[in-house]
Amino acid sequence: MSAIPMETGLLLAGVLFMLGLISVMIRRNIIFMLISVEIMLNAAGLAFIVAGSHWAQPDGQIMFIFILTMAAAEVSVGLALILQIHHQLKTLNSDAANFMKG
Amino acid sequence: MELTFYIAAAVAVLATIMVITRYNMIHALLYLVVSFLAVAVVFLTMGAPFMAALEVIVYAGAIVVLIIFVIMMLSLTREDVEQEKAWLQPKLWMGPALLSFVLLAELVYLLVIAEMPAAPAAGSYVDAKAVGLALYGPYVLSVQLSGILLMAGIVGAYHLGRQKKKVIHRFLQEKEPQKERSAAI
Repeated sequence: MSAIPMETGLLLAGVLFMLGLISVMIRRNIIFMLISVEIMLNAAGLAFIVAGSHWAQPDGQIMFIFILTMAAAEVSVGLALILQIHHQLKTLNSDAANFMKG
Repeated sequence: MELTFYIAAAVAVLATIMVITRYNMIHALLYLVVSFLAVAVVFLTMGAPFMAALEVIVYAGAIVVLIIFVIMMLSLTREDVEQEKAWLQPKLWMGPALLSFVLLAELVYLLVIAEMPAAPAAGSYVDAKAVGLALYGPYVLSVQLSGILLMAGIVGAYHLGRQKKKVIHRFLQEKEPQKERSAAI
C-alpha cells in the first residue's frame, strides 16, 4: 500500500486542481464554473487523503469529510443562486450578472 | 496496487480534461462522474476505502445528480451549446491555460526537489473505525460546526431558490375591476 510515493499523489492532486482552475477562468457559463469549483475541491480533498495515507493517520480522511460537507452545502446554495440568475436575467452568462441591484 | 493507482490517475486526469473541454453540459457531467469514480479508485489504492465509498455516494451520486436536476429545470436548448462553443475560442483560453501551466510546472519542480519524510513503517491502511473514533473524539466540535454549515446551506438554498409569488390581498384584488368599471361608466 505504501508503494505509491507521496509525490505522485500530490502531483495528481495538483494537476486536477490546475485543470479546475483553468476551467473556472476560461468558462463564461456559470454552471461550468460551479463544476470547476467542484473539481478543485475534490483535488484539495485528494491531497488531504494522500497526506493522511502517507502518515497512516485518520486526520486526512476527516478533513476530506469536512471538505465533502462544505462542497455539498456550497453546491446547493450555488445552484439556488444559478436558478435565481437564470430566472432574473434569462441567461447563464456570468458577465450578465455584474450588477447588484437586488 | 501501484499499477492500479497509475491507471486510475490517468483516467482521472483524462476525464477531467474532457470535462473542461465539453460544450454540452450533460456530456461534461458524465465525464465528471467518470473523474470522480477514478479518484475514488485512487482513494482505494491509497488505503482509504471509507472515503472511496463517500466519494462515490456524495460526489458522484448526490452532487452530480443535483446539478443535473438544475440543468433539467433550466431547459437548455441547442442554441446554448452553440453559444458555449462561441464563448470558448482558443484565443480566450490560451492565456489562462498557459499561465496555469507555468504554475503547475513550478509545483512539479517544488515537489520533485522536496525531500519527503519517510513513511512510518506500518501500512498506510486506515479503516473506517479509526476515522470514526477520531471524528467523534478530538474532532467532535468540527462535526457540530459542519452540522451548522449544512443547516445554513439548507436555509440558504431554500431562501434563494424560492420563487417569489406576487400575493395580492383579496380587497386589493376586488378593487381593481371596480375601478375599471367605474372608469368605464
